[in-house]
Amino acid sequence: MTAISKPSKLAASLPTPNLFKRVGKSTVDQIKQLLEALSFIGETAHALVKSMMQPQRIRWRPILFNIRTAGFDAMPIVGLLSFLLGIVVAYQGAGQLRQYGANIFVADLVGLSMLREFAPLMTAIIIAGRSGSAYAAQIGTMAVTEEIDAMRTLGISPQELLVLPKVIALFIAMPLLTVFADALGVFGGMLMAQQQLDVGFVEFLDRFVKAVSPTAFLIGVGKAPIFALIIAMVGCFQGFRTRGGADSVGRQTTRSVVQSIFLVIVADALFSVAFSMLDL
Amino acid sequence: MTNTPTDIKVTDCVIEMRNVSTRFGNNIVHTDINLTVNRAEIFAIIGGSGSGKSTLLREMILLQKPSAGTIKILGVNLQDINEDDALALCKRWGVMFQNGGLFGALTVQENVGLPLREHSSLSETEIDEIAVAKLALTGLKPEANQQYPSELSGGMMKRAALARAIALEPELLFLDEPTAGLDPVSAAGVDELVLQLRDQFGLTIVMITHDLDLLWQVADRVAVLADGKVQAVDSMLNLSNSENPAVKMFFDGPRARFAQEQNAYKNNTQNAPSNPISM
Repeated sequence: MTAISKPSKLAASLPTPNLFKRVGKSTVDQIKQLLEALSFIGETAHALVKSMMQPQRIRWRPILFNIRTAGFDAMPIVGLLSFLLGIVVAYQGAGQLRQYGANIFVADLVGLSMLREFAPLMTAIIIAGRSGSAYAAQIGTMAVTEEIDAMRTLGISPQELLVLPKVIALFIAMPLLTVFADALGVFGGMLMAQQQLDVGFVEFLDRFVKAVSPTAFLIGVGKAPIFALIIAMVGCFQGFRTRGGADSVGRQTTRSVVQSIFLVIVADALFSVAFSMLDL
Repeated sequence: MTNTPTDIKVTDCVIEMRNVSTRFGNNIVHTDINLTVNRAEIFAIIGGSGSGKSTLLREMILLQKPSAGTIKILGVNLQDINEDDALALCKRWGVMFQNGGLFGALTVQENVGLPLREHSSLSETEIDEIAVAKLALTGLKPEANQQYPSELSGGMMKRAALARAIALEPELLFLDEPTAGLDPVSAAGVDELVLQLRDQFGLTIVMITHDLDLLWQVADRVAVLADGKVQAVDSMLNLSNSENPAVKMFFDGPRARFAQEQNAYKNNTQNAPSNPISM
């Protein structure tokens, strides 16, 4: 009898995953994180205002450096993926359009979808994976090696030295990258239109300027700075939340990517709702 | 309970902690800590792992806020300190972290020059000269100046970190485990360096350490932290005769006794032959 009761006793002594307990704990954790995020946003805004008041304090060198690494160096991958996306959109549309003899409308399809949605979203997702993670990893590593603490004791604000240059750089670089993605995406669609639908470049562009209003372009490019803020802030925030050792750096990096992509898509959905209410 | 000498003038107090308590949720780290550090003193804080030594240090250097109590550093109350005062205070102290805390993206020389670059209007050449001089003072080989922290050994890293901590010629120096992870020769070098800094520049030094040799050689007064309280503040010699069980713990192990004997032996041998020469 004792032999049977022993294992059950052991199982009972293990912490049983109580559903309510877990839900409660993660709710509290999420609320804590939200409060931390709010104070982080506040601190960054404070640092930004202070830098604006004293423009000589703005650190141009790291800003330019970040524009190069997050913007210029990302051009090949952003360009290639948008180009492929343009091809895919045109190719998928081609079959349907051909059935109705509406070949020329491929310009509407590619132009609107790329400029309004795909180019900014694609760029944001690539940058979240490429730069947002790098920000989290860099700041996280600095937190683990006491560099952030050292910075504070030296009287240098980490917000000013680490966060602001990244936010400003991405704020500038993302719209530019989005325009680049627009161009490559439309080019991809144009190539496919010629191949599959016999719509020449001239005809395509002719229709393109009629179909795609400047508003559509501006809506797409206008989302980019908002996405940039989300990505840079989430990356830096998760970096600062790193505690303990190297494994924590990895965890925070992953979290930054997941969270920033999630928030970018949520923001995009909110934009769609807002624009449809505004009839844009 | 406090062993604070009452005859010390207020102006000579570099650090004054009054009834400092710290809690993390339900976890109580400190209760009613009272400490006073005098000018040009080498003050050490010892205690077992988890006794809150590092937390105490972090509270002194504005990285953490105590749950209750007041801390005054160089006459400035840290509670509700505004940004400008905090910055001014940062320029008056130097901190050396356990792992150095050197910036991995900068060379050793740039690391040491950084506080000067941030807080002074000196020219680049002057900053470089000062950085080289500080690095030389800490005994780092000049070849290491252009290397990155990741290329340095533990001992070199500590020296570089110390050079950065004294770059702005602080009045107060905080050292977190200055000899941890060092070989005995480098550790002995740190002993000398700490003494030299105090004797030449009149620095006040607060350090956290487990190193009994360092404690015997350089510390003027030692605070023993246990159970969230300061058990005693006294010189090593007096502490070693203490009857307090929390204090005795540190002096009863075989390593502790060895360090003590060695210190006694060293003092005897040093005093005997060196006296005629210095006379």
